Amino acid sequence: MTTDEIQKVNAPVPGGPSSGAAAGRGPRPARGRSAEGGVLNVFSHGILVLWALMVGVPLLWVLWSAFKDSNGILTDPWGLPTVLHWENWSNAWNEANMGRYFVNTAIVVGGSVVGTMVLGSMAAYVLARFTFPGNRLVYYLFVAGMSFPVFMLVIPLFFVMRDFPGSSLLATYHGLILVYIAYSLPFTVFFMTAFFRTLPTSVAEAAMIDGASHTRTFFQVMLPMAKPGLISIGIFNFLGQWNQYLLPMVLNQEEDKYVLTQGLAMIALQQGYENDWGALMAGMMIAMLPVLVVYAIFQRQVQAGLTAGALK
Amino acid sequence: MQHGKYRFIVGFLAPPLLIYAVFVISPFVQAFQISMTDWSGLVGAARFVGADNFVRLWESDDFWNALRHNVYMLALVPVVTLGMGLFFAFMLNVGGKRRKNEVVTGVAGSRFYKFVFFFPQVISITIIAVIWFNIYNPDPDDGMLNSLLGAVGLDGLQNAWLGEKSLALWCISAVMVWGHVGFYVVLFSAAMASIPRDIYEAALLDGAGRFHTFFRITLPLLWDTVQTGWVYMGIIALDAFALVQIMSVNMGGPDGATDVMPLRLYLTAFRDSQFGYAAAMGVAMLAVTMAFAVLTLRFARRERIEY
Repeated sequence: MTTDEIQKVNAPVPGGPSSGAAAGRGPRPARGRSAEGGVLNVFSHGILVLWALMVGVPLLWVLWSAFKDSNGILTDPWGLPTVLHWENWSNAWNEANMGRYFVNTAIVVGGSVVGTMVLGSMAAYVLARFTFPGNRLVYYLFVAGMSFPVFMLVIPLFFVMRDFPGSSLLATYHGLILVYIAYSLPFTVFFMTAFFRTLPTSVAEAAMIDGASHTRTFFQVMLPMAKPGLISIGIFNFLGQWNQYLLPMVLNQEEDKYVLTQGLAMIALQQGYENDWGALMAGMMIAMLPVLVVYAIFQRQVQAGLTAGALK
Repeated sequence: MQHGKYRFIVGFLAPPLLIYAVFVISPFVQAFQISMTDWSGLVGAARFVGADNFVRLWESDDFWNALRHNVYMLALVPVVTLGMGLFFAFMLNVGGKRRKNEVVTGVAGSRFYKFVFFFPQVISITIIAVIWFNIYNPDPDDGMLNSLLGAVGLDGLQNAWLGEKSLALWCISAVMVWGHVGFYVVLFSAAMASIPRDIYEAALLDGAGRFHTFFRITLPLLWDTVQTGWVYMGIIALDAFALVQIMSVNMGGPDGATDVMPLRLYLTAFRDSQFGYAAAMGVAMLAVTMAFAVLTLRFARRERIEY
């Protein structure tokens, strides 16, 4: 299919202006291929721009729709807002409860990212740096978790949470935090174990000789040295937990404890009756903003962190 | 170094291991156990019924219907997604025009393209589902896709999309592709960056064209990454829960045309309170996922190329 398209593009522009330039400058002037290079360049830019539009336009559409009234969104879906309807944002925050969902999400994700990073690095450090009987067993037990389908686990998990000794963990902040931590541990331990193995041993040994305990060495020497790894995996966990949908759907069914993804899904499914599309769009922007900011600042680490799992 | 070593190991390992055992390992074990009971989940009494749930599953048309849809997606989505990912990555890294002293370059602005393409990967699947729900809106004036088609004079292609039985599943699959291509562009770009430039230079000197270069050099050297990506994308195609739940008409409709295994499981458990039966679906899904992963890794294996 692609070859056909390329031949089609090739035909009408035999040796366009850019191909000549490329041939002139190229240090290895293999003529036929330079012409191909120029045309291909036009072609590749065209198709890359097309895909960028296909990805970018729907997302920009959410942004500009967040400033339109419902009527404008429905009758003219492509139009830019004529008047900026800032009230969409306050409607979303107050009346559609996005403010509450935002706070819920922030509490749960804040607690679980910190918990995941601390507990995950503790386990990884011990597994990477100490030999003791059962080390491999524990390591593989953690890593095996990456291959369990979450769907298979949600039913028993629901009952583990409901029947938790003491009181039910369903629809509680600490319950969700514990579950998010547990489900983030496999990849975090896997990643951080590999990372701690690459750090030099001499610094830790020096600290020990100076009289630091194991615990002190870990928190004051090894953890700061592991900062690049912590940032990558921390962002990975933040994005995954901020966008988590299935686990809260099952374990967090009380409306005042909803997280953003649940709230959005509920509003979207109700739109047929309520019809405040502007507030829905503003709500989506509210849910996306933290992720947007993190991605814009840390794009390299985000891309590296998210693809690390597949490369290893 | 030995001083207090074991106390330290236990102290550091016990808390994470405990949380992990309670919330991940124990549900994994219990899933098998619950799948062999008729548990309704409401009152304590769960009767052991052996393989009954699995027999019922085998005979259930609904489950086969859902499984079939997952298999369609499994056959289509990874091929298209990885194919497009490879194509874009190759363009971004090797498709540029030749500059001084550099035989192989990416197109200008490749960082910008990677930034934009990757974007859907970081936003929530719920948001993606709501956006595409609006794009597929069947109304010829309100729906984004339909009004776009109308504006460029292709009224004939306007459709009910998610409301059309023969199209709905493919519409949802397209969203899955849309959301993941960028991930593979970045993944394959990283892998391509580690291929030594002189291999390309040698091939170009020998007169190889871009397409030969791709199929003879890039693809074979990337094969390991492609294979892992395939398994990863296949597992995503076996899920599709959030997209179907939010986008489809009547949860899996119209008329069961978009039903998938995870949605079946979710409804069986949390709407119909048939937890034993739903747990059996979970075990069946584990079997399907494992079979897929093992078969892929087995049949896709090739001689590893060292460089």
